[in-house]
Amino acid sequence: MSNVTDAVAVAVPDGRAAVAKSPRASGSGTWWRHALGLVTLIWALFPILFLISAAINPAGSLQTSSLIPSGSSLANFRTLFDDASRPYTSWYKNSMIIALVGSLGSVFIGACAAYAFSRMRFAGRRPGLLGLLLLQMFPAMLTFPALYLTFAKLGDIIPALGLNSIWALILCYLGGAMGANVWLLKGYFDTIPKELDEAAKVDGASHARIFFTMTLRLVLPILVTVFMLSFVGLFSEFLLASIFLQDVNSQTLGVGLYSMSIGNEKNRLFGQFAAGALLASVPVVLLYLGFQRFLIGGMTQGSVK
Amino acid sequence: MAAVPSSLEPMKLGSGYHTPWWATAAKWGLLAIAGLFAAYVIQKLISSGSWLGVVITAFIAMCFLAVYGTRRAVPMKYLLPGLVLLVTLQIWPIVYTVATAFTNYGQGHTLSKQDATDRNLANSVKEVEGTERYKLSIAVPEGTDVATGEITFLLTKPDGSMFVGTSKGLEPLAADGIEKTDTGKITKAPGYTILNAREANKRSKDLNAFAVPVNANAGIKSVGISSAFEGAPTLKYDAAADTVTDTVKNVVYSPKNAYWTAPDGQTLATGWKENVGTKNFSDLLTNETIRSGFFKIFLWNVAFAALSVMSTFILGMLLALLFNDPKLKGKGFYRSMLILPYAIPGFVTALVWASMFNQEFGLINSLTHLNIDWLGNPWAAKAAILITNLWLGFPYMFLVCTGALQSIPGDVKEAAKIDGAGPLRTLRSITMPLLLVAVGPLLIASFAFNFNNFSLIYLLTQGGPFAADNTSIGSTDLLITYAFRLAFAGASPNIGLASAVCIFIFFIVAAMSYSGFRRTKSLEEVN
Repeated sequence: MSNVTDAVAVAVPDGRAAVAKSPRASGSGTWWRHALGLVTLIWALFPILFLISAAINPAGSLQTSSLIPSGSSLANFRTLFDDASRPYTSWYKNSMIIALVGSLGSVFIGACAAYAFSRMRFAGRRPGLLGLLLLQMFPAMLTFPALYLTFAKLGDIIPALGLNSIWALILCYLGGAMGANVWLLKGYFDTIPKELDEAAKVDGASHARIFFTMTLRLVLPILVTVFMLSFVGLFSEFLLASIFLQDVNSQTLGVGLYSMSIGNEKNRLFGQFAAGALLASVPVVLLYLGFQRFLIGGMTQGSVK
Repeated sequence: MAAVPSSLEPMKLGSGYHTPWWATAAKWGLLAIAGLFAAYVIQKLISSGSWLGVVITAFIAMCFLAVYGTRRAVPMKYLLPGLVLLVTLQIWPIVYTVATAFTNYGQGHTLSKQDATDRNLANSVKEVEGTERYKLSIAVPEGTDVATGEITFLLTKPDGSMFVGTSKGLEPLAADGIEKTDTGKITKAPGYTILNAREANKRSKDLNAFAVPVNANAGIKSVGISSAFEGAPTLKYDAAADTVTDTVKNVVYSPKNAYWTAPDGQTLATGWKENVGTKNFSDLLTNETIRSGFFKIFLWNVAFAALSVMSTFILGMLLALLFNDPKLKGKGFYRSMLILPYAIPGFVTALVWASMFNQEFGLINSLTHLNIDWLGNPWAAKAAILITNLWLGFPYMFLVCTGALQSIPGDVKEAAKIDGAGPLRTLRSITMPLLLVAVGPLLIASFAFNFNNFSLIYLLTQGGPFAADNTSIGSTDLLITYAFRLAFAGASPNIGLASAVCIFIFFIVAAMSYSGFRRTKSLEEVN
């Protein structure tokens, strides 16, 4: 019976009603969605609440931790920064250097490659693109035995690029930079009209000038996306970091916090650990909240393209 | 410059008609720095005698000079740095992993046969009565870690002459910059970091296995941490027969399974690296203990990835449908809050959940009044991992499903409504198929990612819990955590076998990616 009324209701104000589920939902409000939303929020947020309350818990052990903080103090943060055998500030610095340098490097390498593949025609272009795609089927992470052996050997010759060096680790991460992002970047570069390049060329601009002063600015949104995706990825990377960085001063947040949470002292150290974990989450969470649009766009394109 | 916005004017860079002088200077400056770096690396490589490395480095340096020093090969100017990194750090490791998979590389099998034999011989050194002892300082090369650096002996003979002893042999030590105590013990030597007593004692295990080969008939070993003796080895190597003979016990060792093995099965401590053909692969498929564990891990790995994708997708999709109401207020707030679990770094999530699953003091048991040994019971640990991954992964699915739902055109739903379809029918026959088409490739990508989700498993359960009789195969192990433990943890690290496992994973992931790429038709888009 309601078919006729539905059709009428939909047909008249076409834009809005077309998306509406049914006349009933539009009439009786959305309280049940909010109720279910609240349940979802509890599910999504309770571990975070637990982490925060453990971080400010004055007693600072796992035994005394609870969902609702029983008091608040900065004692855990103080012990975190004073603990000489667990150099948290070094870990933080290492993680930030690795994530920043690594992601800036991979954006630059990726952008250069995408510019060449998008704007130039040269022998080996198509096989090169397909080869890069093919190579993505072999995640670099899986070559960890070989990377370990290679860098252990290299460290004997050039100590600055051996195991325990964050620069060697950054190099490792950059190995996949070109392949990982070139398709996503090239797709975006292709949307910038070629006529712009040609006009600049007619005016006497060289390829480098066009690239650095024009193209890079026009593709800035995708550069931001790629930068953030790789920043988040490198900041959280654990497998290679744990193999490479064995010296406590050269470790990253992930490796260092892991070493705090295993062994006999883990329950006693829990408050300190929670304070460290909370601070470690800050940069990435801020990035996510501040640049949601870039990331969400990148997440879908990154895998589809 | 019509097409270039005027704000870009101040930046001038390039090698065209109006190349500014500083751009050229910067280019040649960078090339010079790169050249100096290459020279430094080459000099280091020469001093260590790796001639292949010298050739490769020189070749790369020439490529850079040819590409950036001339005006030719314009595309290469943009591709070369990425290409060099790609070849050296992605393609080479793949090749090297494959090569390692055919060897027995691992604990006790890191040296060539010749070096391993020398080390065994040097280790068998027995002190001859009446010979004088050396004063010994234990050191590591400057710049290396005292806990892991290569052990070096700084020796002073009774006559005052000084020597450097490494596992490669004995060399004279120049007297410049050396400081000695009255007894002759070296306390400072340029190029070396001398270990203090505590540091040296920590390396006692390494010291026991360490000896300086002097020649085929003598070696230097330490006694304690401040003196050493030179003596004759009790083992003799017979090159013609390819055997090692113990001259004291009169036992003949012959090579077997990359160890010098006596007839009664006793082996010498140091083995060597050798090609084992396809043994690692056939072990995975035929060796009873390895195979059953490997198969179990493989099943759980597939189940883990599939269940993770399914659970996160279902929850994410339901939430996307829930919040996909144009009249719902506060959608931005919900989205910002729901993104948080995904925004927290993965290692924090895994470690925090591991604490929450603690049986005695964990939050989960205290909130639910259960007393489950989450991380100690094989099935509970699997559940714990899936719950954690659901929490970690549903925001991603929520976001991509929201995006997909909003891109479904309104008119198809409208058409369904006109045809008399109710909300459920529309969902089942219109929304869902369109949604699945849009997110299908992402589901495959998510499956491939979770298939190798090393950090979640390793940080949450370390692959455990382990059965009492088998500490190499845990009940939540993925193939990659299994390979990691084979290579770096465990009683006897076996990098060769770990590489073989990695190659298995390669093929599985490649098959998955291939089906994913086919769906996206990426291959046809190349133009």
